[in-house]
Amino acid sequence: MKNVPIQLVLIAVVLLTAVRLLRARGARPQAVRRLGLMVFAAFAVWSILFPQVWNQIARFVGVGRGTDMVLYALVVAFLSFTLTTYLRFRDLEHRYTTLARRLALDEAGPPQPRVAVPEQEQPYAGS
Amino acid sequence: MTPLRMSDGGTLPGPGRVRDTWVIIPLYNEEQVIGNVIAEVLTAFDQVVCVDDGSSDRSAQVAARAGARVVRHPLNLGQGAALQTGFEYALSDPAMKYVLTFDADGQHQVADALGMIERLRAGEAEVVFGSRFLDERSKPSFVKKLVLRAAVGYTNATTHTRLTDAHNGLRAIDRHVLGQLQITQNGMAHASELVAQIGASKASYVEHPVHILYSDYSRAKGQSLWNSINILADLILR
Repeated sequence: MKNVPIQLVLIAVVLLTAVRLLRARGARPQAVRRLGLMVFAAFAVWSILFPQVWNQIARFVGVGRGTDMVLYALVVAFLSFTLTTYLRFRDLEHRYTTLARRLALDEAGPPQPRVAVPEQEQPYAGS
Repeated sequence: MTPLRMSDGGTLPGPGRVRDTWVIIPLYNEEQVIGNVIAEVLTAFDQVVCVDDGSSDRSAQVAARAGARVVRHPLNLGQGAALQTGFEYALSDPAMKYVLTFDADGQHQVADALGMIERLRAGEAEVVFGSRFLDERSKPSFVKKLVLRAAVGYTNATTHTRLTDAHNGLRAIDRHVLGQLQITQNGMAHASELVAQIGASKASYVEHPVHILYSDYSRAKGQSLWNSINILADLILR
């Protein structure tokens, strides 16, 4: 099993992102995500200037080549993007559902009991 | 006897009719059958609210003419959302004691609905779930039966409930319990969500044998079995 280290790392990252994204709401997680993005961008620049860094990482975690490493990283990034987007859409859906429901209920007015039309009033019991 | 004409076009409730219950019918593109369904429900129940979920046909007009109150979603949100809207509508009526959820496609029987409300009234439980698997009257296809059994197995495993039929649209709920429910699953996963919330609320519940009438119409309109996969995904990723 040559690829065990990378498999462990990938599975850990996938699970962590999933758990984080499923739990994370509010200011701090958002800040963490943005910091993460900045670190990611900085690293991207670094790896453009010194491409061999990918090879070093790849060797460190037990993947053959840097290009493979980039692919794995992309898979993880894409998965987390999909999840975030899904959850964001769910949240959005929840909001506009609340809005649409409010509109519908206001338009329908309060539920009134069925009442007899006054001008046709007649004793019911004897009819 | 000449029946009294009512403000909404119906006739005066006769004796023995159910007046403290709102029948909630989620409605989406059922103009062919909804008129008859409402007429039948109105033979026993006084108050029917149809939540029209942005139908593109004349369902809402047909329902209103048949004597139901109609709440119209401005756009299609899903059956779960329609149910929650119906719940909130019923809760805004201080005289409401019970609600009954009823399907628009004519596969439920009014007699079953009456029996379920009677059991609530007798204090037997706070929630009565309809189940098509308690007797042999309903005849789902083999595959449908299999999927429904799997669904109820999943629901039982993930909630604190023991049911025989999780995706049955016929339910009777006491006002006290209704106030604690909040359906967030707009799609079809709401059925399991509802069961989970009722289980979590520790409300007492019973199942009532109901007859699901599978007509060609309801079969054509009913849930595609593929949708059970979507429901499962919705439940896991909530």
